[in-house]
Parts: sequence; C-alpha cells; structure tokens
Amino acid sequence: MAGNNPNSKPMNLTLKVWRQKNSQAAGTLETYQIKDISPEMSFLEMMDVLNEDLLLKGIDPVAFDHDCREGICGMCSLYINGRAHGPERGTTTCQLHMRKFSDGDTITIEPWRAGPFPVLKDLCTDRSALDRIQQAGGYISVNTGGVPDANEIPIPKNIADKAFDAATCIQCGACVAACKNGSAMLFTSAKVSQLAMLPQGKVERKTRVENMVAQMDKEGFGACTNIGSCAAECPVGISLENIAMLNREYINASFTSENV
Amino acid sequence: MILDSKIPEGPLAEKWDKHKFNVKLVNPANKRKYDIIVVGTGLAGASAAATLAELGYNVKAFCYQDSPRRAHSIAAQGGINAAKNYQNDGDSVYRLFYDTIKGGDYRAREANVYRLAQVSVNIIDQCVAQGVPFAREYGGLLANRSFGGAQVSRTFYARGQTGQQLLLGAYSALNRQIAYGKVKMYPRTEMLDLVMVDGKARGIVTRHLITGKIESHSAHAVILATGGYGNVFFLSTNAMGSNTTAIWRAHKKGALFANPCFTQIHPTCIPVSGGYQSKLTLMSESLRNDGRVWVPKAVGDNRPADQIPEDERDYFLERKYPSFGNLVPRDVASRNAKLACDEGRGVGTTKLAVYLDFADAIKREGLDKISQKYGNLFEMYAKITGENPYEQPMRIYPAVHYTMGGLWVDYNLMTTVPGLYATGECNFSDHGANRLGASALMQGLADGYFVIPYTIGDYLAQNPTTRVETTHPAFKEAEAKVQADVNRLLSINGTRTVDDFHKALGLLMWDYCGMARNAEGLQYAKQEIRKLRDEFWRDVKILGVNEELNVTLEKAGRVADFLELGELMVEDALNRNESCGGHFREEYQTPENEALRDDENYTYVAAWEYTGINQQPVLHKEELKFENVKLTQRSYK
Repeated sequence: MAGNNPNSKPMNLTLKVWRQKNSQAAGTLETYQIKDISPEMSFLEMMDVLNEDLLLKGIDPVAFDHDCREGICGMCSLYINGRAHGPERGTTTCQLHMRKFSDGDTITIEPWRAGPFPVLKDLCTDRSALDRIQQAGGYISVNTGGVPDANEIPIPKNIADKAFDAATCIQCGACVAACKNGSAMLFTSAKVSQLAMLPQGKVERKTRVENMVAQMDKEGFGACTNIGSCAAECPVGISLENIAMLNREYINASFTSENV
Repeated sequence: MILDSKIPEGPLAEKWDKHKFNVKLVNPANKRKYDIIVVGTGLAGASAAATLAELGYNVKAFCYQDSPRRAHSIAAQGGINAAKNYQNDGDSVYRLFYDTIKGGDYRAREANVYRLAQVSVNIIDQCVAQGVPFAREYGGLLANRSFGGAQVSRTFYARGQTGQQLLLGAYSALNRQIAYGKVKMYPRTEMLDLVMVDGKARGIVTRHLITGKIESHSAHAVILATGGYGNVFFLSTNAMGSNTTAIWRAHKKGALFANPCFTQIHPTCIPVSGGYQSKLTLMSESLRNDGRVWVPKAVGDNRPADQIPEDERDYFLERKYPSFGNLVPRDVASRNAKLACDEGRGVGTTKLAVYLDFADAIKREGLDKISQKYGNLFEMYAKITGENPYEQPMRIYPAVHYTMGGLWVDYNLMTTVPGLYATGECNFSDHGANRLGASALMQGLADGYFVIPYTIGDYLAQNPTTRVETTHPAFKEAEAKVQADVNRLLSINGTRTVDDFHKALGLLMWDYCGMARNAEGLQYAKQEIRKLRDEFWRDVKILGVNEELNVTLEKAGRVADFLELGELMVEDALNRNESCGGHFREEYQTPENEALRDDENYTYVAAWEYTGINQQPVLHKEELKFENVKLTQRSYK
C-alpha cells in the first residue's frame, strides 16, 4: 500500500510472547499465530493486530510500553529474538518495521531482563531507577530567571556537537538490558559527559559524577566490564567514549572530592 | 456568565510589566504553606512544576507515562522561536508578536501574544543555562534557522530534536526539585476528575495505571498542562497516549472550552499506508527551508518522480506564493496539498501525497551539508518508508498535529473555574486559528517558566493557606463517580474493541471536521458521533478488572471522552460561519481558494459551556479587540 514496495506480500508469523500477570506472578512464554501481517507495518502495529485479535477471543491483550512511536520518547522496549529493540541497528522497537522479517518466521518477544527493572506485567518493566540516577545529579543547579544572556556563554561548535551527541539518550534502558552485568554505565555516562563538556556544567562536575555513580550502585546495577554490548544495541548511538569520560571524571573527583 | 479576560490596561508593550507589579505576592515564608498540583510533565508542566518548587511552593506533579521525560513535547523536532534578533535581520518583539497574530489569522488575543513574544528571549537564556545543547556557529554563538510564516531567522534548534533537548532541560530542573523533596512526582498516574470545594479547584482524583488504585490529592490550586487533543482523529502525530481526559473532565466541571474546532493539520507528514496504521509521523517543517513541494502538472501522471521532466512539474507553493514560496504557514501549505490531490494530481499508490524534493538543495549545497541539517529526519523517513530521500523525493501528506483550541483562560492563564489553570497546548490562548512553526515549544515554556509563576501567586495570596483533607465529601463523591465510571465500562462486555470505536470516530472527524468542512457534512457528523457514542456505551468490549495494569480500560476512558469532545468540535465548526486559519469552511473562500474571514461577525473566541450529555452546549463569546494590528486578508503571495 505504501507505494514503495509493490511486491510486498503479507506474512504469517509465530509469536512467542512473555506473559506475566504482575510483578509477583511467575511468567511464561505463550505461543500465538498471527496472519496477514503487512511488511509496511511497524513492529508495534503488528502487536496492535495481535492484541485486537486476542481481545476478540476473550484473551487479555499483551501489555507493552510505548507512546510516541517515532523513536524519541524512549518508552518502548522489548527484547526481540534475543536483541534489545530487535534486529535492526540504531532503531527503537517502534521504528522497527516488519519488512525486516520474513513469512513463516518465529519471533520471540520478552521484556527487558535486569534486576533493577522488575517486570510489572507481560512486557512492561519498572525503569524508575533510571529517573533516580538523574535526580541524583543530572542537572545544572540554576533556578528560573537571573541567568546570563544565551550568547554570553560561547561554546565551540565541536564541543556543543559532542555534548549534543551525548544528550540524545532516550533513557529506554536497552543498554542495561543488553549488558551481561546489567550495568547502567552507558546511560549514566551520557548525562555526566554532556554536562562535563559544557562550561555551564563544569561548576558541579565533581559532585555530579560522584552522586550519580553512588545512586547507580545503590539501585543495584552491575559493574562495567567494557564489553560494549550497550553501545552496540543503543538505538540512538550513544558512544562508549562517554564511559571513558565518566571514568576520568570519577577518578578526578575521587582525588579532589568536593562532596563533604 | 461574563467572560473577563483580565487584560491589563495600558499600552501593549507595558501591560505585562505593569501587571507583574500589580499582582499580589506570596511572601517567601508563606509559599511553603501552599500546595500546587501540576498535571502533565511536558514543556508546560515540567517547567511550571520546577519553577514553582524553586519559589518554595509544594508541588505534586502527575504524568501517565513511566517517566516525566517521556511527555510528547519530546517529539517536537524543528525548533523554538525567540525574538533575540541575533541575526540582525530585522526581528523584534513586535515582529514576533505581529507574525503570530497574523499567522493565527487574527483570532488570538493581542495582549497574550505580545507577552509571549516578550518572554521568548528569556526562554533561550534559561535553556542555555540548563545545558541545552542548541546548534551553534563556529564562533561559538547560537545558530538560527527560518521557519514557515516568517521572513526572519529566529528559530533556535538542536538538530531535529529541539523538543527533546528542551524537555530534558525542564526535566533536569524538575529532577533537582524532586531530589530536594519540593516536588513529589507521580508517574503512571492519570487524572480522572477535578475536585471543587466551595466553587474552587481544590484537587484531583487519579487512577494508578499499574495497581488501578483510585486516589485523591488535595491542593490550593491545580494546573493542567496535559497537551492537545489531536488524537480525537485517531490518526495524528500525537503520542499514542495523548488524550483529552483531564481537560474534558475539567470542562464538565465548569471550565469553558474555547475554539475546539481550531485544529492544525501539519503539511509535512509521512502519508498513511494502510488500515493498521496507528499513528502518523511528522517530518519537521524545517524541511521546507530546502525541500521543494511539487506534483505533476498533468492529472493521473503515474510516472516515477525521476521520469517527470522539470517543465511537467508544478511547484505549486512557489507558483502561487512567490514571496513565501515553500515557507507559507502550515494551514496554507496543507490546504494546497489537499487541493492538488483532490484534482487527481497526488502521487504514490494511494494518490494522497505530494513530493518534497531535495534534489536542488543537494546539488546546491552538497550532500554533506543537507545531511548535517536534516540527517536524523532523512533517516527516520527511510526507516518508516523503506525509501532513500537522498535519492528520490519524499512523499508527504498533511496530518493532524496540534490543537489551537483548549480550555478558555484569562490573561493569568486561569480557566473559568477559580484556582484551575491551563498552560501550554491544552489552553487556547496564543495561536488563534493557526499556530506558526516553532511556536508551540515557545508557548509551553513561556507559560511554565515565566507566566504562571507570577500569576498563580496573585490567586494564592488572596486565598487562605488552610488545607482541605481528602476525606472531605467533595473528594469522596468524585472518587465514587470515578469508580462508578470504571465499573460501568467494565460491565458492558460487548463485541467491538475500543480501537475500533476510536478509528470510526477518527474517520468521521477527518472526513467532516478535518482540512475542509461544510455545514451539511458537519450536521451529518454530529448525528453519527451521537450514534457511535451510544453504541460505544452499549457494545464496547473490555476485559479484566480495575485492580491491574489494564490497557484496554485506560484507552476506553479516553475514547469515551473523545466521543464527547468530537461532538463539541463539530458544533463549534458549525457555529463559525467563516474560514480562518486551520478552520476552512468550504462555503467561505476567496476566488483563489483562500480562507475568507468574516471579521464583522466572528472576531470572537467561542467559549462553550457544558450542559450535559446530548444537551446543546451554551456559547459564550469573548470579543477580540485589535488595538495595534490592523485586520487584513492574510497574504503570503
């Protein structure tokens, strides 16, 4: 229908979907057959079709988190065939399209698996630990009003661009889900390095990195062993360099700590 | 009811300064005795919650998402306007004010818009101080781009992710206050009713989306910052969860709803591809800076774009509007795309699309430069359509994007319910009948950072610090009502799904209350919406119970409200016997198919009062007075 792929034929698929009633219940993989899936559909539209089908059969629809469906809000997740956000590199689940799959495929769909992300129901997890890491220091302490004119703080273009690259993290948690240690280093480092690079953020750089790392540990995220699955699976391409920068910031801060 | 807009006396440029001086202040020691509820954590909500907490108030903030950072402001792409005049190209506060009034087709309040233009400059300063990584020039200073409806470059941007970066700035300020304990954050919590005590807004009733727990929250004032209601069309560029529930339920409690039919249909979206489609994706309007919009000159020309020679292409915006060209305002661009498709000159298999072509820009500036400016947008387009926009023109079609209508508010952003405020997209105040690009982010942050912190103090200072307990009968009554509504939905056990009803409503709205409307179609839609609503309450299928994560139940509540709001939009469109901005009544157009206003009879804000289900709402008019700008036929030729 889209006008770009006249040969696209509808597909029939087998889905193995993680079903879990709530955070206390045990979960299991259920198998569903699904027919006439257009390759132009997004993965979540395929899930919509499944849910309409289940609902009409009197089966509780599969709960999954999603909102903007344009790859920016970070609400969607899903472990698809053993990959965070599925097989396409640099893509959130909502932007993954069914043309990446073939007729007759079996697709396994699971929630993020990490200790600090308990399953709430089916494919929904609780990622509030990431918010708490941000609350521990992911900001510049300025109140509204009384700030200098925007152009009084010149920032070299390359620095501004690098800070922007780090700032594009969507807080989806794929990095944690992809890491064998369940580490949140890539996530935390993105904010630490964004703010450490900018002149506005340098004032609090030491306390910020110490507090954010302390919160990360407190939440029960694992340690980083430099495997790099996080960056490989990150849908927005947050670079491993940020972790190196976080380590530098942290070491520097621990020798000259201003946390008293 | 007499609508008092409370616009301050005096010359336009002095109104806000004088007003800030005249409002009553709450002394610093007393601020901690007042509680404020903020519903929604997008730009308008997060900025208000953070700023009010910084001032010392106790804030409770609510969002339906799992984190406040996911509010749909995050998806805004192109930029944010501000009258900084950093480019030395003739911009000023007055010009931004003038462009916004004109862009809105003279249906917005002068005083509000002027204030918006004034505080726009502070927003940029604030965001930079927070660490928002705006685009910069090599000298280290901020870069600007131009946008539709303006002939100056005043738009600040962060690649194609400006909304994300601005929201993360506001979210970081909010986080700081959460850490201080001044904001208590309630994610995955949806407001289902407004609670009034002695005629004033004193709290809300919410449902927790994981546990189903229905709970009351009390405060001295309530701010709604819940965004637009574009999802009444089912297909829109809004997030899946964006809804009208909070403002609609406040409307049913007495807040008037203004200009509900003013909907913005954005010209540059990826076209619909099939019936399974769940949402539409916007391609930033900034693309029109370099992309050229065209269709074949001949009707029914089925050749691929690259086989249509230059002289057989119709660059219709450049042809009809030589001075603004591809940068005409959104309503004009959308309507012209529809016209071309109606004539049978649409492209792609559905024929409901026009081309947006970058070939000339790539030739002129090189692939690298174009990719630097629009890389992420091109990538997004390629992901969704499977086509490469560097090699073949994009196909675009208009889609519902923004709602200019919303709760009526006075100059202080207070609704007709004392103590109830509406900020950002959910109010009606600043964009008239059409919003200019890059002005939504500006309004959300202006309201939250720089307007409400002043105006809410004026109200609180005149009200006692006494708290109302949630055991008060008004709360118990509202909780019982919410519980009863939930029970009613769960007991229907019909045969049609919620999405099915939502899609049916969306089609009616799109066909009869979309880009073009007429009296006959609107009358028909009104009847059909009523029928659909009756059927919904008889035949909707919802499984499960309240005390769980029940996605169908959540959606059903929202669709029930859309089914009521849809009728009011139709009513409003029927009442307004003129065309203006995004509201295009086919009966009222110029010989060149431009919107034909009727200033003599319709220079007013239509504010509707709720009178009951299936009852005729009551229309209240706020006459708009233009003391500074002369009303003219908008021309972008």
